Amino acid sequence: MYSFEYHNPASQKEAEELLASTDNPSLLAGGQTLLPALKHRLAEPSDLIDLKGIDGLSGIREENGAIVIGAATTHCEVSESELVAKRIPALAKLAGGIGDQQVRHRGTIGGSVANNDPAADYPAGCVGLGATIRTNRREMGADNFFVDLFETALGEDEMILAVSFPIPDQAAYIKFPNPASRYALVGVMLSKTGGDVRVAITGAGSSGVFRDSHIETALSKDFSVDAIDGSGVDEAEISADIHASAEYRKHLIGEMARRAVEAASGS
Amino acid sequence: MPTVSMAVNGKDVSGEVEGRTLLVEFIRKNLRLTGTHVGCDTSQCGACVVHVNGRSVKSCTMLAVEAEGATVTTLEGLVKDGKMHPMQEAFRDQHGLQCGFCTPGMVMSTIDLLRVNPDPSEAEIRDWLEGNICRCTGYHNIVKAVQQVASGDAA
Repeated sequence: MYSFEYHNPASQKEAEELLASTDNPSLLAGGQTLLPALKHRLAEPSDLIDLKGIDGLSGIREENGAIVIGAATTHCEVSESELVAKRIPALAKLAGGIGDQQVRHRGTIGGSVANNDPAADYPAGCVGLGATIRTNRREMGADNFFVDLFETALGEDEMILAVSFPIPDQAAYIKFPNPASRYALVGVMLSKTGGDVRVAITGAGSSGVFRDSHIETALSKDFSVDAIDGSGVDEAEISADIHASAEYRKHLIGEMARRAVEAASGS
Repeated sequence: MPTVSMAVNGKDVSGEVEGRTLLVEFIRKNLRLTGTHVGCDTSQCGACVVHVNGRSVKSCTMLAVEAEGATVTTLEGLVKDGKMHPMQEAFRDQHGLQCGFCTPGMVMSTIDLLRVNPDPSEAEIRDWLEGNICRCTGYHNIVKAVQQVASGDAA
């Protein structure tokens, strides 16, 4: 790991000042992706700004028909939250399936969302549930937030404060995990709110998370397992690697979506 | 260089570290507590698991400065009055190790499991052990050791 200055600001204002006054800063939340990346010398930040000491950045609350999760809230806290389990059980399940228990004790929603790993669970959770990302500058819909592999709409002086998830009528998250890493080979977050159906796919897109409009249209007309005749995405848009071909991932999208409809219908 | 202070195994300790010093480096090099192992150093294997404020974490994927003011327990902190922790006893009873390299992390991780789930099923034990790798493939007896402690039976 390259050397860096460590900062532990006590307030959002102090963190913003550090962001503005340091050369090449990086925000540190749970560090479960950032620290391994630094060990591999994939990044060389001059300063690490730890967000965990900032009051009010972690916690879960219900607000105007939505579940609002503070950026520094850990995956374990989301998975164990009675409020999340009651209002959006699919989200509690998603958080409880990230990495392993020790990673879930440290890793945070803000860190995961800001990192936008193409195989991470939360990007699908945000897009599939139509979440809003709240930063210190603005609010952004998840559809516009995730830009490309490991790339988001966040500006250099911007930090995530919370993610707000509207409570759906029905939702389910189903993933086919890589048996070694537990990252999603394909993960599908499906939600239905009134007549609005969202189907977000992680693990498969060559540009990261995406919505499968073909499946969404089919389910809007007939919300049933049989309505899904497979993914409508062009195989050229689907990633292929040592773990799975594009053809196989495309097949898994349809299959995971069917299982998600089944799970959402049973809840 | 920053100074970091924390309570490790019931004792207040402090030391000078770099920002980039990992918690496991502080534990092994500064405190000379070498019961905590570094296996992969990439947060896969779990040999470095310790408890920070009561929860199991991978000490190779946490900075020492992030543990400022924390309560840390390592394998060495489990022994009370010269007596091993029931989980350590169970690993011995069930032969839950071969080479023993992964054992410190296995013991710390499974103690945390029984804290949150005192009576886990075999599937729940195996699921919890996702973050701990044993390359002697000794999981079977590790699971039996956890079951022994959960059931309260000595071998």
